[in-house]
Amino acid sequence: MGNTGSVKQAYAEILAQLGKENEKIVAIDADLQACSLTDKFSDSFPDRHFNVGIAECNMVGIAAGMATCGKIPFVHSFAMFTAGRAYDQIRNSVVYPHLNVKVMGMYAGFTNGEDGPTHQCVEDLSLMRTIPGNVVLCPSDANETKQMVRAVAEYDGPCYIRMPRSATQTHTDIPGYQFEIGKGVELCDGKDVAIIATGIMVERAMQAAQLLKEEGICARVIDMHTIKPIDRQIILKAADETGAIVTTEDHNIIGGLGSAVAEVLAENRCVPFIRHGVKDAFGKSGKFEAVMELHGLTAQGIIACAKAVIAQK
Amino acid sequence: MNDTELSRKAFLLREQAAGLIYRGKSGHIGSDFSVMDILVTLFYLHLNVSPAQQTDPSRDRFILSKGHTAEALYCILCDKGFFPKEELETFCQFGSKYTGHPNKNINGVEINSGSLGHGLPVGVGMALAGRMQGQPYRVYVVMGDGELAEGSVWEGAMAASHFKLDNLIVIIDRNRLQISGTTESVMNPGDLRSRFESFGWQVWECPGNRIDALDQTISEAKASVGAPALVIANTIKGYGYSAAENQAKWHHKVPSEEEYQQILEELKERRAMIE
Ligand SMILES: [Mg+2]
Repeated sequence: MGNTGSVKQAYAEILAQLGKENEKIVAIDADLQACSLTDKFSDSFPDRHFNVGIAECNMVGIAAGMATCGKIPFVHSFAMFTAGRAYDQIRNSVVYPHLNVKVMGMYAGFTNGEDGPTHQCVEDLSLMRTIPGNVVLCPSDANETKQMVRAVAEYDGPCYIRMPRSATQTHTDIPGYQFEIGKGVELCDGKDVAIIATGIMVERAMQAAQLLKEEGICARVIDMHTIKPIDRQIILKAADETGAIVTTEDHNIIGGLGSAVAEVLAENRCVPFIRHGVKDAFGKSGKFEAVMELHGLTAQGIIACAKAVIAQK
Repeated sequence: MNDTELSRKAFLLREQAAGLIYRGKSGHIGSDFSVMDILVTLFYLHLNVSPAQQTDPSRDRFILSKGHTAEALYCILCDKGFFPKEELETFCQFGSKYTGHPNKNINGVEINSGSLGHGLPVGVGMALAGRMQGQPYRVYVVMGDGELAEGSVWEGAMAASHFKLDNLIVIIDRNRLQISGTTESVMNPGDLRSRFESFGWQVWECPGNRIDALDQTISEAKASVGAPALVIANTIKGYGYSAAENQAKWHHKVPSEEEYQQILEELKERRAMIE
């Protein structure tokens, strides 16, 4: 634990490895292979890699067609341009016919700092989660990414994976860790409050838990790598055992992880609950960490929410 | 079946499609009548598909990108034995799998369609997969002319020529009408031949409600080498029922009982006139 690892590098490695194991896997880019790093895949399998130019709707349609012929296409672009621009193709030509296409939303949230709001997607989880039957995932570190992508390749059906650009601390290289779609992971136990985090916010939630501990507050951290289907059990268990819940995500608080957890709680448990995330706002151009800071997406931001929710008990 | 017999069949299938729409109280009759001869030519003379080949990886692939003409497609698939007539009679009823636009739970349907502009990119994917797998099949995509305003059509068109997909044939049902008027007045598609040629396609054009002309033109298009093929099939919307011919208002209209009887009568007459 504690090593830093590049999520996108891990993705590139596992995709190339899976390409070796399964010849049905195909990689498609919309001219952003410099970001998806699929050159690792295409170097070994040039005939199974396609750059279709800057045409994301076409890319997803092509993937749908290939999937009907038994291929397992992974399509790549920024989250803004897969989940955002190609929403209709994902919805009608991939998920509605339940085709085996894996849609990658690279450089999600503010991890694409300098490019500004046009390239910072804070709505993708919301868009992808509401398509009936879609599986929606978001890895928190390099290790989880590798296990997740392997599971996704084995799963027969449509998936969306939200991928951060940045490197993160590795938390999931712990004994007994086994990725499973739809099963959240308790990274550290606690009884005062549960912080349910996804993606790069898991790292910040772990820092927050450490700092809270120094103040005598015992926080449980849950890595919710699957946004859909959401792990109801782990949420209800956390509600029962801690009595206070904070969700944290580098995504709009409307429609993403916070909403998914709120839906489970509202129908089952009445506990103090706060959604931490992007408060219905567009980003800004700037260094990634600066944009995160601006939106309060820091360990300190999580700590403030944790204390506020505990105070409501 | 020869061209004459198929021309008669196309009128008979129009009667069946009209019946589905009349009884199901929904459908796109003007478009069905427009596209019927194209679909008959494909399904009875060109497509290597049958109920027995549904999982055969070498079968031809057909995409009805203008998915709103589902009734025409369903009547043909039913006639070809993909599913029984009684099943199809549930068309557009609550819970029926025979939805207003095609979905792949229906035997013979390769992909859900109807969100316009989706079919060509999907066809490009099928054609690329066929090439990767060394399969001999061809991919046929039928598009409407109103649909050509969708940007994804041109993304697909660019990709098809970029990848030199000579196993892909697109047929445009060129009836010059769409929901709110003529294609020229709504969003002018311009000179389609030169537009597609400039995108690197081989282009053919023919009368689109004549089986013999369609048959010959599609045969020529299949011989295209190194480039995707386009057939501009010049059709008449509502073809076969004179009151609906070239009338945009019949795009999505359920006939009254009186109109339905007129439709059946006229289709029978037209069928009897074919020699
Ligand atoms: Mg038209």
